[in-house]
Amino acid sequence: MLPPAAPANRRDLFWSFTWLALQGFGGVLAVVQRELVEKKRWLTQEQFLEDWAVAQVMPGPNVVNLSLMIGGRHFGWTGALAALAGMLCAPLLLLLVVAALYGTVADTAAAQGALRGMGAVAAGLIAATGIKLIAALSKNPMGMGVCASLAGVTFVAIALLRLPLVSVLAVVGGVACVWAWHRLAPPSPNEGNR
Amino acid sequence: MLPPVDWLLVFSHFASLSLLAVGGAITTAPDMHRYLVTQQAWLSDPQFTASIALSQAAPGPNVLFIALLGWNLGLNAGGGMDAGWPAVSPALLGVAVSMTATLLPSSILTYTATRWAHRHRERRTVRAFKAGMAPIVIALLIATGWLLTAAHDQPASDWPLYLLTLAAGLLVWRTRIHLLWLIGAGAVLGAVGWI
Repeated sequence: MLPPAAPANRRDLFWSFTWLALQGFGGVLAVVQRELVEKKRWLTQEQFLEDWAVAQVMPGPNVVNLSLMIGGRHFGWTGALAALAGMLCAPLLLLLVVAALYGTVADTAAAQGALRGMGAVAAGLIAATGIKLIAALSKNPMGMGVCASLAGVTFVAIALLRLPLVSVLAVVGGVACVWAWHRLAPPSPNEGNR
Repeated sequence: MLPPVDWLLVFSHFASLSLLAVGGAITTAPDMHRYLVTQQAWLSDPQFTASIALSQAAPGPNVLFIALLGWNLGLNAGGGMDAGWPAVSPALLGVAVSMTATLLPSSILTYTATRWAHRHRERRTVRAFKAGMAPIVIALLIATGWLLTAAHDQPASDWPLYLLTLAAGLLVWRTRIHLLWLIGAGAVLGAVGWI
């Protein structure tokens, strides 16, 4: 399945990632989904979910990994660098300015209240991004019932039991991948062109 | 003043943590604290904590807290904030060293591995990996929202925060309202003291 659209060139990649990184208060992921899937349509919902799974499992910052993957897919390693630079340069400059100014406002109640409010909104954005992606599971070879169970176990392990991410990924992820492998029948010769 | 050999130690410390940062750079923060604050005493505790808090509040990837750690390392090496402009160049060197060391190993691995997976995307193992991980990744997102909310554990005073999180979530899920409006509204509501 081809995505409906693609970045025009490396400059487009750089500025697109700059723009979405600068919107990403409390995490860039919700913005990536909104901008790249819903607005620019560089990725379908399913492709985004697949890419995000890979970005999450690889070491390194998730959204940095995602920018490398998307940039690399369209323009090779120079595209990956363009997307990465877009993701990091402007926010880094801004952050250094904020850090330099921080001492002057850190103690005011308004500044602390604003941080509290932005944090609460960011929590809602991230959870809603997850809820929106549930629709992409309808094409999953494991079926909705198994997917819901795996998601439920993961949520309990991470959110309620506070188990370490690496072990949850290894155990629940391992079981899920083996089950998915089992469900994915080897392609028969006449549908090999999928 | 950090001699060059110490910058090499900084580089190798961040580089060695790079490939361990599964689930985000923030998962390696405890070890950075152990090394930079406790063991080497190159950073003060408030500097370390403020670096993380500021990068969480500012836009952009959370990994930028490592750039701030490098910035503060360089500032301290250059004589601290009081030294003024002469401290800026070591501070920029600190940013470059810490970010390069953090991103280079994991980026090379991720780029190489994902190019391989993309070329072999029809393989059963690659498809099984992606299909199997999908529901887990969704649950991780919802769990992150939950954990950020649960960090405020005083229902009597924190209930407006819960309500704001819920409202923001519903708006993102159900409407196409621009995310910056929501963040801005949260900042205003917080600044005037309503939540």
